[in-house]
Amino acid sequence: MIDILRHSFVQNAFLAGVIVAIISGFVGYFVVLRGQAFACEALSHIGFAGALGAALVGAGSLEGMFVFTLLAAIGMGALGKRLSGRDVEVGMVLSFVLGLGVLFLSIYTKNATGAVGVLFGSILSVTINDVQVILGSGVFIIILTSVLFRPLLFASIEPAVAEARGVPVQRLSILFLILLALSVSVAVKVVGVLLVFALLVVPAAAAEHLTHRPWLAITISILISLIATIAGLIFAFIGRWPASFYIVSLTSLFYFIALIVHAVRSPRHYRELPHPSREVLPPSM
Amino acid sequence: MFAIFQYPFIQNAFIAGSIVAIVAAVLGYFLIVRGLSFAGHALSSIGFAGAAGAVLLGVSPIYGLMVFTVAASIAISILGREVRERDVATGVIMTFALGLGILFLSLYHGYAEQAYSILFGTIVGVSRDDVAFTLLLGLILLILIAIIGRPLLFSSFDAELAETRGVPVRALGSIFLILIALTISITTQVVGILLVFALLIGPPATAIRLVHQPLRAIILAIILGLAYTWLGILLGGNSPWPVSFFITALSFGVYLPVRLLSQGIDSKRSAKGFEKLSMTDSALASQKDRND
Repeated sequence: MIDILRHSFVQNAFLAGVIVAIISGFVGYFVVLRGQAFACEALSHIGFAGALGAALVGAGSLEGMFVFTLLAAIGMGALGKRLSGRDVEVGMVLSFVLGLGVLFLSIYTKNATGAVGVLFGSILSVTINDVQVILGSGVFIIILTSVLFRPLLFASIEPAVAEARGVPVQRLSILFLILLALSVSVAVKVVGVLLVFALLVVPAAAAEHLTHRPWLAITISILISLIATIAGLIFAFIGRWPASFYIVSLTSLFYFIALIVHAVRSPRHYRELPHPSREVLPPSM
Repeated sequence: MFAIFQYPFIQNAFIAGSIVAIVAAVLGYFLIVRGLSFAGHALSSIGFAGAAGAVLLGVSPIYGLMVFTVAASIAISILGREVRERDVATGVIMTFALGLGILFLSLYHGYAEQAYSILFGTIVGVSRDDVAFTLLLGLILLILIAIIGRPLLFSSFDAELAETRGVPVRALGSIFLILIALTISITTQVVGILLVFALLIGPPATAIRLVHQPLRAIILAIILGLAYTWLGILLGGNSPWPVSFFITALSFGVYLPVRLLSQGIDSKRSAKGFEKLSMTDSALASQKDRND
């Protein structure tokens, strides 16, 4: 077991996995709090088109993803509203970029396996160069999120009150989407486009079911994604199944455990009231 | 340009694509009215996992697609009350299903190509049997949605009022999601997961922006869906680029200007309405003054 750690690709995989797990646990908390799961999903698919487009012009996949997701984040942020699953706009952008991805794929047929790597993650092919880029963007994301922490939290929980208090809600929203775009791009490198959700949303959603205190929730969310990533990688080296499958199963497992804990802990006839500033579904949906 | 229609596989693609476009436009209208675009996307991704599982077991992908999407649609319809919560839960189910899909694919050794034809579809690889099957199930789905259409629409626009009027709101919501799951299953066979989503969302999203009356919006969505599909096949058949790209690009290319322009008109219209309203107020006030 310890032997394989000597291989440089294994070291790179662990380094990249750990950094990405920390970033996504942190940023994911706000994704869940702001209800931007669908936007996150769309950004990851935009990253898919970006990675393929980059392959087409001969650039690295991370660079392509950065460019595409950043542009999309600014565009979506400029649309102004909060982006939830109800948003047709996100869906339209999503279907268009998928079409674009197919186009790039058909032009660049040489690299079908590369595309599968982008879709399903290729953590074992992470180079030391990638690790440096991931580390750099990770430090940037963590610092910026920490600086913005209080106003962002305020604007996420009570947008109307925050605006009245002079917090630049709209600008924060765009800034956060940019941070999300960066996080999605690096997470794609580890788990792939289809499973970015597993690191960016699932751990934070589990943590939110366990506690309402922001820092505690963030800590739990980072812990869950770290445990899932490291254990997933170890299982992948021992077993024969892909790392992304183990990572997804572990984070989903944590989520379902958190759901059960939440259900057991809350008193039987107590129904949590929805937050006043959030949209509640009519009974039909 | 039209010479491609000599080929039987283009004819099949044309017919199957048209059926899919009609069914998707009708169901997509309700999907958008009910604010379920993420669920639509999630269900199509979940379908991918089901298809991969079926391929692994050696049965036809349609069974896997149906089992996975119907199970997931039931799970999604019983989830959280808040939009935010449901988005997350939908996403968790989708991610877990995709993880399973990846596992199935890695266990099955025909890796890449199989994944592609499920994900992106090969509309030109449709057989006569596929066409007949799609037609049959498409008709069944259209009949079902015609039956539940009115109460479904009622409960989508005003759930509380519908409930007091005795409409089984929750049951309708679940049945509708199951219909969406079935639509995605039958059409994925033909056009792939990517295109199902594009046809489900694109035409109705544009139609809703243009007309408000439901029946007209559905008809317009059908026309748009058919136009995108036909143009897409025509363009794709005459160029090296894939049909799915043309269809998604057309749908986005029409939606974008409509979205931007209709927003302008809407705000202008409401501003005018407001003006008129305030004018009548002042007119009333002056009349009242005169009366006094």
